[in-house]
Amino acid sequence: MPESALAAALAAAVMASLNAYVLLGGADFGGGVWDLLAGGPRRDRQRALVADAIGPIWEANHVWLILVIVLLFTCFPAVFARLSIGLHIPLSLMLVGIVLRGSAFTFRTYDSQRDDVQRRWGRIFAGASIGTPVLLGISVGTIASGAVRVPAGEGFAEVFVRPWLQPFPLAVGLLTLVLFAFLAAVYLMAEADDPALREDFRHRALGAGVAAFGAAALALVLAREDAPLVWNRLLGSAWAVPVHLATAVFAVAALAAIWRRRAAAARLAAAAQVTCILWGWALSQYPFLLPPDLTYRSAAAPAVTLRLVLAALAIGSIVLVPSLYYLFRVFKGRPA
Amino acid sequence: MNDLLAARSQMGVSLAFHIVFAVVGIGMPLLMVVAEWRHLRTGDPVYLDLAKRWSKGTAIMFAVGAVSGTILSFELGLLWPTFMEFAGPIIGMPFSLEGFAFFVEAIFLGVYLYGWKRISPRAHLWAGVLVAVSGAASAVFVVIASAWMNAPAGFRLVDGRPVDVHPLAAMANPAAFTQTLHMVLAAYAATGLGVAGIHAFLLLRDPAHRFHRRALAVALVAGAPAAILQPISGDLSAKMVARTQPAKLAAMEALFETRAGAPLLIGGWPDPDRGESPFAIEVPYALSILAFGDPRAEVRGLDQVPRADWPNVPFVHLSFQVMVALGTYLALVSLRAAWLAWRRRDPADDRRLLQALALGTPMGFLAIEAGWMVTEVGRQPWIIAGVLRTADAVTPMPGLVVPFTFFTLLYVALTAAVVWLMRRQILETPPAEAWAAPAAAKEAARA
Ligand code: HDD
Ligand code: HEM
Ligand code: HEM
Repeated sequence: MPESALAAALAAAVMASLNAYVLLGGADFGGGVWDLLAGGPRRDRQRALVADAIGPIWEANHVWLILVIVLLFTCFPAVFARLSIGLHIPLSLMLVGIVLRGSAFTFRTYDSQRDDVQRRWGRIFAGASIGTPVLLGISVGTIASGAVRVPAGEGFAEVFVRPWLQPFPLAVGLLTLVLFAFLAAVYLMAEADDPALREDFRHRALGAGVAAFGAAALALVLAREDAPLVWNRLLGSAWAVPVHLATAVFAVAALAAIWRRRAAAARLAAAAQVTCILWGWALSQYPFLLPPDLTYRSAAAPAVTLRLVLAALAIGSIVLVPSLYYLFRVFKGRPA
Repeated sequence: MNDLLAARSQMGVSLAFHIVFAVVGIGMPLLMVVAEWRHLRTGDPVYLDLAKRWSKGTAIMFAVGAVSGTILSFELGLLWPTFMEFAGPIIGMPFSLEGFAFFVEAIFLGVYLYGWKRISPRAHLWAGVLVAVSGAASAVFVVIASAWMNAPAGFRLVDGRPVDVHPLAAMANPAAFTQTLHMVLAAYAATGLGVAGIHAFLLLRDPAHRFHRRALAVALVAGAPAAILQPISGDLSAKMVARTQPAKLAAMEALFETRAGAPLLIGGWPDPDRGESPFAIEVPYALSILAFGDPRAEVRGLDQVPRADWPNVPFVHLSFQVMVALGTYLALVSLRAAWLAWRRRDPADDRRLLQALALGTPMGFLAIEAGWMVTEVGRQPWIIAGVLRTADAVTPMPGLVVPFTFFTLLYVALTAAVVWLMRRQILETPPAEAWAAPAAAKEAARA
C-alpha cells in the first residue's frame, strides 16, 4: 500500500473508533443524563433501567476512547502532542469527568442500597455524565475551528484558554451532550420491557431529537465566524449535499420511528444520523487532522509503524468482533 | 515547585495509584477462576460463594483501574508531549496491542460480573479465564513500553531525530523479558499474598471458619509460587540492569567507585557528596557475583557518570533495599506454606504462619511501589535512557502544580472511597453457620 493510502486508512481507523465511542460510550453518558432527569411515577425504575443497561458494557465501550488515543499517538504523534498542549485544560477536566462517572457508577452499584447513599453516588455519576460530553464536544469544536495552538510567546489565556472558550466550541459541546442523551433515550426505549417505561423514554427521545436539531443549527451558524473551514466545506463542496441529505433523512426517519414506536428501527436511524454528523465533520476538514496545518500525511508516523498498526488492527478485529458480538448478545439479546 | 517537578510528581503519583488497581486486576481474576473451578470440580458451594464475593471487590478495583489508566493515557501527552511525539511511532505498537487486551478484558469482565445467571457455568468459567489472560497480557504490553525507556532499541538517532524506526525491534528491547516476567510475577505475588493475608487475619479470630480456610488455600496457590520465584526473577533483572544501565545499578547499590570484586551493601544511607555509605554492612565480592556471576568482575560505579547526571542515589538505594527485604520476607513465608502443603498439613492450622501472612498483607504492594521507584527514579535525568532528557520532554504548559494538586486530591478521594467500600465487602462475610446447611439444599436455593 502506498504511504498516503496507509495514512488515510489509519486516519479513518481513528475516526471509526471515535465513531464507535460516540455511539456506545456516548450513550452511556446519555444514560447518566436520564438518571439525573428521572422523574414522574416511575422514577426509580427509570434509574434502574439505566443502570442495568450500562452496567455490563460501559467498560468495554470506554475502551474505544483509549483506542482513539493510542492510535493517535502511535500513528499521528504530532497531532497528539499539539492537542495535548493546546487543549490541556479541557482535556484534563474531561478526564476528571470520566473518572468520576465511572467510579461513582460502580461505587453506587456496590455500596449500601440505602437511599441517601445511592443518591449521593447517583448525583456524582449524573453530574459527570453531563460535564464530560460537553468537554469532549468543546475539544472537537476547537479542533474544527483550527484554533489549537502551541505557545509562541503569547500570554497564558491566549494559548490555553481563549481558543476553546468561544461560542462555536461551546455550541459543539452542547450538541454533543444533546446527541448523547438522544442516543441513550432511543436505546433505552428499545431495551425497556414494560410499555409504560418505554413511553417514558419515547417522550424523552422525541424531546432530545428535536433539541438536537436546534443545537446542530446553532453550531452551524456559529461555525461561519469561528470555523470558516468547516463552514465553507459544509456549504460549498461537492459532497456536502449528499451528506446533508443523508443526515436529514436519518434524522427524520429516527423521529418518525420513535413517533410510531418502532424501537429497533429508531435505534438504527439514530445511530446512522449521529454517524453522518461525525463523518460530515471529518470530511469538512479533510485532509487536515488538526487544522490549519497538520494533515493526515504531514503528521503521519513512518510507514513501518503504520503498516504494523494496520496489521495489528486487522488481527485484533478477529478477536474483538466476535467478543463484542457475544457481549451484546448476552446482555442486549432480547428481541426489541 | 517548578513545572518539571510538578509534572514528574503528577506522573509518579498517577502511576503509583494506577498500578495497585492494575495489579489487583491481574491477580484477582486468577483467584476467582481457581475458586470457581474448584466449585465445578467438587460441588462445594463455599467455593462458589468465594468467587462471587471476590468478584464484587474486583469489580470495584477494576473500575478504578480503568479510569486511572485512562488518566495515564492522556497524561502521556498532557505532561510529556515531546516524549510522545518522539516515542509514539517507535513504541506505540505495544500500546495498540494493549488496547485489544483491554477490550477482551473489559468485555469478558462484563460477562463475568453480570452473567452469573445468563450463561452456563462452563462458559462463565471461560469468561473468567479470558479476563485473567488478557489482564496479564495488558501488563506485559505496557511494561514492554516502560522497558524500552530503560533500554531503548529499534531506531537510530540522527540529529536528535529517530530514523530507521522499527517497532518490533523496539518491543524486543533487552530489558523487556526480565521486566515483564518480574512484573507479572509481582502481580500474582502481591494479590495472592495480599488476599491470603486478609483471610489469615480473619482466621486468627475464627480458626474453624470454612469460608476463610478455602479462601486462604486458593490465595496461596496463586500467590506463593510467584513469591518464591520472585527473587530469582529479580536476580535476572539485576543482571540485565548491570548490563544495560550501569548508572542505575550503581545507584541501586550505592557504588560510588568503579571496582573489580565489588562488595554488596546491605542497608546504609549513601551520601553522594562524600561518596560513602555510612551504616552499611559490606558483603565482599557479592555484587560482582550477583551482577556478572564472577567474583572478580568489574562493576562500573557512579564515577563513570557526570555528577550532574546522577539519579537520586539515597532514594534509589533505599527503594531497592526495601523491595529486596520485602521480597525475601514474602518468599520465606511462602516457602513455609509450601513446605506444609508438601507435608500434607493445612497451612490454616499453623498459627505462626497465619500471623506471618497477616503481617505480610501489604508487603507485595509496597514492594511493587518500591520497585518502580527503582526503575523510574533510577533512570533520571533521562526519560528515554541516554536519548531524551526528562527536562526536555515536559509540556510548555505553565502552572503544572495546579493539575498536580488537583489530581492528587482526586486520588485521595478515590482511595478513601475504595477503602470504605472494600471494608464493607470484607466485613460482610457471612458467619460460619451460613454453610451449616447441607450443600445440596444450598445449591438448590441458588439455582
Ligand atoms: C511483589 C513485588 C516484588 C518483589 C517481591 C520483588 N520485586 Fe523487584 N520489582 C518489582 C516488584 C517486586 C516491580 C515493581 O514489579 C519492578 C519495577 C519494574 C519492574 O520491571 O519490576 C521491580 C524491579 C526490580 C529491579 C529493577 C529492574 C529495572 O530497573 O528495570 C530489580 C533489579 C529487582 N526488581 C530485583 C528484585 C530482587 C532481587 C527481589 C528479591 C527479593 C525483588 N526484586 C523482589
Ligand atoms: C505502574 C507502574 C509505574 C510506576 C509506579 C511508575 C512510577 C513512576 C515514577 C515514580 C515516576 C517519576 C520518576 C521521577 O521523575 O523521578 C515516573 C515517571 C514516568 N514514567 Fe513511570 N512508573 C510506572 C510505569 C511506567 C510505564 C509502564 C510507563 C510508560 C511506558 C511509564 C512512563 C513514565 C514517564 C513518561 C514518566 C515521566 C518521565 C520520567 O520522570 O522519567 N512509567 N514513573
Ligand atoms: C504509562 C503507563 C500506563 C498507561 C498509559 C496505562 C493505561 C491503562 C488504561 C487506559 C487502562 C484502562 C483500560 C480499560 O478501560 O479497561 C488500564 C488498565 C490496566 N492497566 Fe494500565 N496503564 C499503564 C501502566 C500499567 C502498568 C505498569 C501495568 C502493569 C501492572 C498496567 C496494567 C493494567 C491492567 C492489568 C489494566 C486492566 C485492569 C484494570 O483496569 O484494573 N498498566 N491501563
